Amino acid sequence: MKPLPDAEVLLPKLAAEVRPHVTPASAMIGLYTGGAWLAERLHALLPMKDPLGLMDIAFYRDDYAKQGLKHDPKRTKIPFNVEGRDLLLVDDVLYTGRTVRAAMNELFDYGRPRSIALVVLADRGGRQLPICPQYCGAQVEVPEGMRLRLKRDSDGKLRLELERAA
Amino acid sequence: MQRNPQLNANGELQHLLSVEGLPRETLLQILDTAEPFADVTEREVKKVPLLRGKSVFNLFFEPSTRTRTTFEIAAKRLSADVINLNIALSSQTKGESLLDTVANLSAMQADIFVVRHASSGAPYLIARHVKPHEHVINAGDGRHAHPTQGLLDLYTIRHYKKDFSRLTVAIVGDVLHSRVARSLIHGLTTLGAPEVRVIGPQTLLPAGVEALGVRVFHDMRAGLRDCDVVVMLRLQNERMSGALLPSAQEYFMNYGLSAEKLALAKRDAIVMHPGPMNRGVEIDSSVADGPHSVILPQVTFGIAVRMAVMSIVAGN
Repeated sequence: MKPLPDAEVLLPKLAAEVRPHVTPASAMIGLYTGGAWLAERLHALLPMKDPLGLMDIAFYRDDYAKQGLKHDPKRTKIPFNVEGRDLLLVDDVLYTGRTVRAAMNELFDYGRPRSIALVVLADRGGRQLPICPQYCGAQVEVPEGMRLRLKRDSDGKLRLELERAA
Repeated sequence: MQRNPQLNANGELQHLLSVEGLPRETLLQILDTAEPFADVTEREVKKVPLLRGKSVFNLFFEPSTRTRTTFEIAAKRLSADVINLNIALSSQTKGESLLDTVANLSAMQADIFVVRHASSGAPYLIARHVKPHEHVINAGDGRHAHPTQGLLDLYTIRHYKKDFSRLTVAIVGDVLHSRVARSLIHGLTTLGAPEVRVIGPQTLLPAGVEALGVRVFHDMRAGLRDCDVVVMLRLQNERMSGALLPSAQEYFMNYGLSAEKLALAKRDAIVMHPGPMNRGVEIDSSVADGPHSVILPQVTFGIAVRMAVMSIVAGN
């Protein structure tokens, strides 16, 4: 198996990929928890006009009937009006696409954006929905039974890590 | 060991029957979950899809406006279907007819029963008989408990005072007949409030109330000194006719919250009341409508807390 890519190396490349497409109508939203860390860093690297939005999709998950509500839902904070904006939706790892679908459902309860583009650090394949990223740091192969997660060290450095799926 | 009737085999909240007996983590889970729901109630679209396709039956055997309405709003904001039943209680047949009523509603595919009943313990009885996927939430049973009110009081206190660890809280008035007071006292002691006081005349305080971990005051002025939170309880008019109290005027003199008495509490004290208020009996209008009052925010927070409770139990 190939070694995992270095998140700190991917990050500036991803920002460079997004930068030419940032317009005055652009605004960024990160998905808790990993996507929020990534979005904080990207937001600082890009000429964004508005503060960063943060979103927890706990109330929009499609597996509530099976899993129930997770224990510590975070507060969604979108400090700008999404109406007519070009949104950059940021998540750490793209897998089935279900989180992104839930995020889009939640977003539309805040208003009608002009567009939504998906920014991810790593795409591990395995999509179950017709969703694909517009900006992607790296394709990563993940062995069966494992999960790819973004971690943040105490010094704020981001790194990708494999762990056993629950 | 007998299992806590509110928790399932995994220790998760299955029914909400009383604040008493709930572990600290469960109380905190409810309060933490209510915070993002409070944000939902401030959005353009005040609805999330969590309980889509679920049916919530509001089963009120005793009249209530605020509690029933806030449960209804909470369920609707979770996208559930809500059916309101106001059932006049026929005292002879209540034991049997209560379970029959529930069995019939269960046959209509109920998911959550919100129960208000004049008899203490009625929601427990229902909880023992419902199917595993059905959940019971106590919306007030007799003098026993009113857990969602207790929880929304805790939420309100935490919202304004941030944490419980240094707070002095006074609960004033008819503690004896108050299910709200009991739920709140249990919640405050579980979450670590160092000083909970109850203030009232001997006749309106339950015997042995000290055992709940509270300090008792009969002199309101002494009891209010340096309080962070003052919770006023409703004085039910019917108590006035009995031998418990001399008159509304005298009650107000001794135990009504006026601006002058409130001045003995801390400068940033908050004043709460579960409603409905008797202005001029337990609380003066200048206080109820004044800068320390958080009585109306309590109602708003109550919706978020009930959304949290319903979405937690229905997911377990």
